Amino acid sequence: MEEQQDQLKVQQDAEVLPKLAVPETAPAPAAAGASIFDVKNTSIYYGAFRAVTDVSLTVHENEITAFIGPSGCGKTTVLRSLNRMNDLIPGARVEGDINYRGVPLYGSDVSPTAVRRRIGMVFQKANPFPKSIYDNIAYGPRINGIRNKGKLDEIVERSLKQAALWDEVKDRLNKSGLGLSGGQAQRLCIARTLAVEPDVVLMDEPCSALDPIATGRIEDLMREIKSRYTIVIVTHNMQQATRVSDRTAFYSVLRDEKNDTRTGVLVEYGRTAQIFEDPHDSRTQAYVTGRMG
Amino acid sequence: MSTMTKADPATPAGSANPLQRRRPLGDRGFQLVALVAGLLVLIILVLITVTTAQQSTTWFTTAGFKGIFSVSFDGNTHFGAMGVLYGTVISSVIGLIVGVPVSIGIALLLTQVVPARLARPFVYVIDLLAVVPSVVWGLWGIIVLVPWLQKIYHDIASGVKGIPVLDSLFGGDAVGGASFFTAGLILAIMITPIISSLSREVIATVPDIDKEGAYALGATRWEMIRGAVWPHSQGGVVGAILVGFGRAMGETIAVALVIGDSVEVTSHLFYSGHSIAAIIALQFGEATGGEFRSALIGLGLFLFVLTIGVNLVARWFVERAARRARGA
Amino acid sequence: MMAAASNSLGQPVDLREPSGWRRSKNQIMTILMWLAFVIVLIPLAFVLVTLVAKGADAISLQFLTNSTIPPNVVPLGVGGMGAAVVGTLEITGFASLLAIPLGVLGAVYLNEYGGNGILARLISFMSSVMTGVPSIVMGLFIYIIWVLHFGYSGMAGSFALACLMLPIVIRSSYEMLRLVPDSLRQGSYALGATKARVTVTVVLPAALSGIVSGALLAVARAAGETAPLIFTILTVEQTNPNLFSGPDTSLPLQIFSNAQSAYVGANARAWGAALTLVAITFILMIVARIVTALFTRNTR
Repeated sequence: MEEQQDQLKVQQDAEVLPKLAVPETAPAPAAAGASIFDVKNTSIYYGAFRAVTDVSLTVHENEITAFIGPSGCGKTTVLRSLNRMNDLIPGARVEGDINYRGVPLYGSDVSPTAVRRRIGMVFQKANPFPKSIYDNIAYGPRINGIRNKGKLDEIVERSLKQAALWDEVKDRLNKSGLGLSGGQAQRLCIARTLAVEPDVVLMDEPCSALDPIATGRIEDLMREIKSRYTIVIVTHNMQQATRVSDRTAFYSVLRDEKNDTRTGVLVEYGRTAQIFEDPHDSRTQAYVTGRMG
Repeated sequence: MSTMTKADPATPAGSANPLQRRRPLGDRGFQLVALVAGLLVLIILVLITVTTAQQSTTWFTTAGFKGIFSVSFDGNTHFGAMGVLYGTVISSVIGLIVGVPVSIGIALLLTQVVPARLARPFVYVIDLLAVVPSVVWGLWGIIVLVPWLQKIYHDIASGVKGIPVLDSLFGGDAVGGASFFTAGLILAIMITPIISSLSREVIATVPDIDKEGAYALGATRWEMIRGAVWPHSQGGVVGAILVGFGRAMGETIAVALVIGDSVEVTSHLFYSGHSIAAIIALQFGEATGGEFRSALIGLGLFLFVLTIGVNLVARWFVERAARRARGA
Repeated sequence: MMAAASNSLGQPVDLREPSGWRRSKNQIMTILMWLAFVIVLIPLAFVLVTLVAKGADAISLQFLTNSTIPPNVVPLGVGGMGAAVVGTLEITGFASLLAIPLGVLGAVYLNEYGGNGILARLISFMSSVMTGVPSIVMGLFIYIIWVLHFGYSGMAGSFALACLMLPIVIRSSYEMLRLVPDSLRQGSYALGATKARVTVTVVLPAALSGIVSGALLAVARAAGETAPLIFTILTVEQTNPNLFSGPDTSLPLQIFSNAQSAYVGANARAWGAALTLVAITFILMIVARIVTALFTRNTR
């Protein structure tokens, strides 16, 4: 469901709707870490179509940042621009500044390949390669020049342990990665991403195809690795955002009735507790209390 | 009873046998005609086998096993199949060695490098290659290519004289433009379109999300091809190569014009040779004797079985890869 | 601006190209792929240029229509390839008349009636395999079952070409029929049509342009075939107007025999015949493409 009006007026309901409480286990707010991504007034286009307009936010180190919002509001587009995956789409264009650790991500001498090694991505549908579990994990290190079997063994074990998959697959590393269950396959993809020791892990609705138990495991995983990585996650599941994220960005769709165009906008960005318990924008409030989206 | 997966709307509900009455004669007649048309394929294949086998019995009985498995074929007393078989296989293998890398390179180019909307003119060019008839390749081969290669072969042969392996492959005194190698080159040109287009079909079924997965790990395009595209397409590409191999072995006219005219088993690739299909084509007119004609037909049967066998294996590979792509 | 910054450990972060060898490997591979394409361009261009250059000399109205094919030793200018042109058109035409309806009907069986049954799967599989059977085998086959009893004729050549075309037409028509959405069929059944009527009035028209273009490509292939004709039509020096009796000739056959001759006149005629043959084939291919283009436009 999408935003029906693009004005700020919100209907006052007769009774107060229950607010989404941030659970006790949510991470306690801490002092903001270094700025990993600095997005300033960024708009992203696919050809003539403007997918997102004027996004500005800062992603901090060792935090989990969630992008939430209704379908079509551009949250995946923004996510993919953070590791230059949009480059693969013909006609995609980024206007504005996206800085990674102070360096312009779209600078002229920046290599997308180098970017993606540092900023990894886990996809909505697990996509293990049609190779063995071992070779799946070893793929990244191998293309970066690591050939030594001992070193690779070590990396594979470490990555699978970080992804909480080691115990389940340690005896069948030579079996195909395609034979795993949905949740296991997704953890394999996470392990594969961690194997190249990135700086940031981007996640595009990683649990949307998984059952609640598998989802819970991946959320535990996220909390564990947070201390070593920075995570940005796009999710449709608000409870998930409250469970795992430190900060939340709420996106919505801006409709221009005159020209019949739609574009995504960042409505509000702040600490998760604030977004869910005390949203500043009425659109945010409408979304998080479940009246839309 | 054929296993239908969904109810056939043309049969009345509850009828178990779709050929039971209540269907108008015209409808049943049409189905019958269609069935017969389809059966023609099987009928023709069986008839080919039977009739050629029948006509080759003279060859089998007169030459016997020993005769058939000998090398020389002179249309007089010797009717061995090994010499021409060697020529068929060697020229086809050379065709593969030259043609496969080019075909796969083109397939990868058109699926991974050239953006989809721009790929069409390239595909047209490859189709042009396929549409040139075999006899025209042969004409160009014998009039243009052979004389030109003759000089080159001579130069190479004198260059490698004395060097161990190279001399037996590329050296020798009877080096000529019309040879195994030239036939191999022409075959490479002719099988490239089919291998390339079958490979393209296979490679195009690799899901985008797998490719994105590789890119997301910081892979270059070549690394992505090796990691995500190749494991998916392996089986299908092997099948495509085998189809090309079958085509090369059956290619008659172009080979007949450029392979030369002598039946022998030799390692010298620049020597004149012969192939099964070429010898049938070239010598049938002169085959008056019973055994001669029977032998040529027998060679035809041999070629038939050989190409069917290779094609069966090839299709098996391609079907298996297609099944994997749908299932996994 | 330098693409460098500090990570949390204060170490420099370099976002420039990956190490030299990875990048070079990628570039080399891309170059090789382009090279592959260029490599096939060369013989293609070479052949077409030679064809046009040498063939154009030979082509004239007389060349295309004169019904007497001169002996090899005679230079260009006397006689012509009219006999071969007529032969090619007649023999290929008759073969198409046989193979196309039968091929389409066979595909109809496979897609509309056969379903997933053993027989249908067998026929489908063997049609694929049959496309790989060398054309010379088809020629031998017809020689044995027809020529040995009834003698050489253009019709025998047509039979051989039809055997060649049949699996090609079946496969391409089958692919086209598969593309016809089931909803079209359901709509017709719902109006009380029998299966035959549904197929003839709804399915075939929907798939028609695809079937036609596939058939045209099969015709182009058959027109260029030589080997099946060697054993079935023999050869003649005068136009044989009767397709059904007596030997005949065709363009590919003439090219084949003239190519083996040492005489300049024969070679020149071979080039002229080759250019004519390739022109016919190209025209068929272009028409097939146009038909396909119309097809895709209609389904948008």
